[in-house]
Amino acid sequence: MTDIEKNKTEVIVVGGGPAGIACAVTVARAGHEVILIERGSFAGSKNVFGGAIYAQPTREIFPDFEKEAPVERLNVEHKFAILGEDDSTVISYRRKDTENPSYSVIRGKFDRWMAEQAKKEGVIIVEETVVRELLIKDEQVVGVKTELEDYYADIVVLADGVNSLLAKQIGFRKKIEPKDVALSVKEVYKLDKEKINERFNLSDDEGCIYEIFGGPMLGMLGLGFIYTNRESVSIGLGIGLDELCEHNLKPYEVLDKLKSHPTLAPLIKDGELLEYSAHLIPEGGYKKIPTLFGAGVMIAGDAAMLVNNLHWEGTNLAMISGKLAGETAVRALACGDFSENMLSRYQKELENSFVMKDLKTYRNLMDEAHSRNDSFMGYYLKEVNGFFKMFTTVDSIPKREKYRRFIFDFIKKRNIIELFKDALSAVKLLWSILIK
Amino acid sequence: MTLDDKLFTVKYRPDETSHLKPDFEMCKTCTSKICTVICPAKVYEWEEAEKKLTVNFENCLECGACRIACEKNCLNWEYPKGNKGVTFKNG
Repeated sequence: MTDIEKNKTEVIVVGGGPAGIACAVTVARAGHEVILIERGSFAGSKNVFGGAIYAQPTREIFPDFEKEAPVERLNVEHKFAILGEDDSTVISYRRKDTENPSYSVIRGKFDRWMAEQAKKEGVIIVEETVVRELLIKDEQVVGVKTELEDYYADIVVLADGVNSLLAKQIGFRKKIEPKDVALSVKEVYKLDKEKINERFNLSDDEGCIYEIFGGPMLGMLGLGFIYTNRESVSIGLGIGLDELCEHNLKPYEVLDKLKSHPTLAPLIKDGELLEYSAHLIPEGGYKKIPTLFGAGVMIAGDAAMLVNNLHWEGTNLAMISGKLAGETAVRALACGDFSENMLSRYQKELENSFVMKDLKTYRNLMDEAHSRNDSFMGYYLKEVNGFFKMFTTVDSIPKREKYRRFIFDFIKKRNIIELFKDALSAVKLLWSILIK
Repeated sequence: MTLDDKLFTVKYRPDETSHLKPDFEMCKTCTSKICTVICPAKVYEWEEAEKKLTVNFENCLECGACRIACEKNCLNWEYPKGNKGVTFKNG
């Protein structure tokens, strides 16, 4: 037997995150042989996110996951906090949605659980193995080269995450620019369940999410987050890598500043640091999506830049893209056709789904955000806090005088031309989101 | 809390050899040395006396920021071997 015959399977999936697992389990359920290769010692061990997973897309992969999966809390409250130097404005939306909720999860537990389920359904999981390159024959991907041996397959699906060195190897994308990714750093603090419930106004296993604007990231493309877990609180931020480079900022120092803000510090007070972590978030959006398929190969999840950063969605896009890649692989196996033309169905399926539709809707978001970040992520955020400071301060100055001063300053500090440009940018963006 | 205290909470299985291989000669010509700033684990430090970049690869969190930020494009960045590197328990 040649090496090809000995080590040959139907589908190889690279990467045991949500995209890879969703893909692999879809293929296995159709009765095909599939090997999932994960570089960590278990699925989830190299993964970091805020974060929350969303019930509806997760049910599409694991319909009964809520009965047994290790989820932390069901999120009932979203808080949008705009931080100033020492003040803040917080808008809060609270509703216990049991139909389509989101759950906070810890990836080391949740991804691992998903991988175990996939294994039960027939996926062969190979851990602690790094795929170093793709094997190519006659311009078709025919397998993978790991540290130990070569494996061959009819189809290889790349779900190898934001850094996808494999996508780069086969020229599916150019070098990623610093402005196309955000660097995220996160700290997880151990706190009693009762303390968390008290501090975040929760009962039982209810959870709360903070989305944080401004503070140490004022004027920059960066956001902070807090998620409540069962007995810990995750606090972190994601900030444009270009911003860190431009402003010479150390990410952990920005996070230290964020944590010390008077609005947030009490939430994690006396917590014991369980773990510090870092990860990149692909934020290039629609315009930076790489080539998604080729002969014998498809690419899904973060590796394909499928993140909707405005809505904090990533794992759902990963799961659905993985599922669609899996379904395409099943069709291709049925026809015995692994050509580029056959696998182009994957892109069509993605385009018919919310994944590409949403990314297309927001295709201009990052351009506008980059060009107007000092205003939308800086000036206006400051003015929100400024307004409430003016509105709530009692100091015997007549109100009309205060209002006039506020409006005068609002225009003067930014100047008319800049205000006009901001308005134009906002209209342009809204038009592209709502109309075409 | 210092960065070292933070990194103390991370579980590592360090390799003997580095998976991060900058071209040290190119690094000498780099003015920003941005990797020494943006790395969340302070893997890179510039030794001015020796004019050399030190790479504390055993602290690497495998995020890939240095690979993208490197303005000399002179960093050979790979994943550590399959059984090495960082293991996040609370990712």
